[in-house]
Amino acid sequence: MGYLWEGIQRAIVLIISLDSEVCRTVLLSLRISLTATLLASLLGVPLGFLISTHEFTFKRPVITLFNTLLSIPTVVVGLFLYSLLSKRGPLGLLDLLFTPPAMVIGQFILAIPIITALTISAIRMVDPRVKWTAMTLGAGPVRTALTVLSEARFALAGAVIAGFGRVIAEVGTAMMVGGNIKGYTRVMTTAIALETSKGEFAFALSLGFILLVVAFSVNVLFHYFQGKRG
Amino acid sequence: MKVNTMMRGIIIFLCILLFSAPLFAAEERLKLSTTTSTENSGLLYELLPPFEKKFNIKVDIISVGSGKAIKLGENGDADVVLVHERDYEDKFVAEGYGVNRRDVMHNDFVIVGPAADPAGISKAKSAAEVFKLIAKKRAPFVSRGDKSGTHSKELSLWMKAKVKPSGSWYMESGSGMGEVLIMAHEKGAYTLTDKGTYLAFQKEGKINLSILFENDPTLFNPYGIIAVNPARHPSVNYLMAMALIGWVTSQEGQRIIADFGKGKYGAPLFFPDAIKSPR
Repeated sequence: MGYLWEGIQRAIVLIISLDSEVCRTVLLSLRISLTATLLASLLGVPLGFLISTHEFTFKRPVITLFNTLLSIPTVVVGLFLYSLLSKRGPLGLLDLLFTPPAMVIGQFILAIPIITALTISAIRMVDPRVKWTAMTLGAGPVRTALTVLSEARFALAGAVIAGFGRVIAEVGTAMMVGGNIKGYTRVMTTAIALETSKGEFAFALSLGFILLVVAFSVNVLFHYFQGKRG
Repeated sequence: MKVNTMMRGIIIFLCILLFSAPLFAAEERLKLSTTTSTENSGLLYELLPPFEKKFNIKVDIISVGSGKAIKLGENGDADVVLVHERDYEDKFVAEGYGVNRRDVMHNDFVIVGPAADPAGISKAKSAAEVFKLIAKKRAPFVSRGDKSGTHSKELSLWMKAKVKPSGSWYMESGSGMGEVLIMAHEKGAYTLTDKGTYLAFQKEGKINLSILFENDPTLFNPYGIIAVNPARHPSVNYLMAMALIGWVTSQEGQRIIADFGKGKYGAPLFFPDAIKSPR
């Protein structure tokens, strides 16, 4: 109980005093996770839309595959990416291991399945009459797609938020391909893991609270931009 | 309404792009793979900043167990390694992965445990005898179990004691030195630790364990620094790796090492080896 209380107190002090080390770590976390979520949305939403609206031979297995990938452990993605990016790996020449872009790639891979899978079910929930109505009113394929997507926009926003939630909270990939380098690739989650290993439980907990506050703020902002219903 | 939603989307998109741009900024960096003990003790944060300033470079510290730190060098994923595992270091150099190894410093391993000392190890004559006693009494012992330098030292001591540790008293944790010390504290167990990490944790009240055995020649813990061979991995930053080796073995670098921890812990945590008594 002592750690919990001390952790909350220290979190408040760190937030109010805008501790430079903590600020830098929070900013880096946000930069990496937001970039990864954005890129994953740009690919995942259209992909989910296409899978959902088209009939093809392996549709069921493909959907099952995406649902399975939802539960892939983050360290496995980290390990996979590590073996690709290492100097001994096929992409070693890119010199990306232990850099922020490597972490973006890792989190991008993590976010793709969740955003795609949730987009598939979001589109499936849209009344098929929306599509027919748009088409009979003379909308082309692009216009029709936009109409359907716009109809599903709240569920799609949920997909993107879920993707962001997974990547901002993950530690396995960030640790493996980022290397937890202070001031360069150290993000909130890897900092928490490090402080725990150093026995700084109260400080680690306070970072945990700050991470929660940050995630909360991002969600609030997101809802604000999403606008009012109707 | 439609346009508004679109505009908002574009604005968010541009904001995130602007926001993420610094992720891709380029500057000269040097990758140093090292052990958790050098980073956790805080030594590197005193030793490296003057070097970074002098050479206008950022040193990226990747702190893992010694075994993995050397592996990163073998793979060309680090430019220079600072570790404490002499046998593996020599192999690393002999196989042509590393060049220009220098002795940097040393400290000591100590065997710590609950002050009551249930296995009575404080009267032992050698480290091997200590391990024999612990095994005989089946007293709880926490092992790093992570292929770090400390772990391989521990394994060599079990070998010397002619004991194959196993059973519920022997806990392989697979974690760093700090976590192992905390685990030993929680479980009232013995463990092998470098003196620096132990002193830091004990002074800050994170653990309450006693040094029960020390000053044995087999518990000597030397650190070496090695550049990754540019003939093997042409893309490594060999020039700056050599500059760093020069710095940590220079008068100034060795002085920082000798003074480190004197104020905070009342005793130095590391002893310079490149220059025995730096000015």
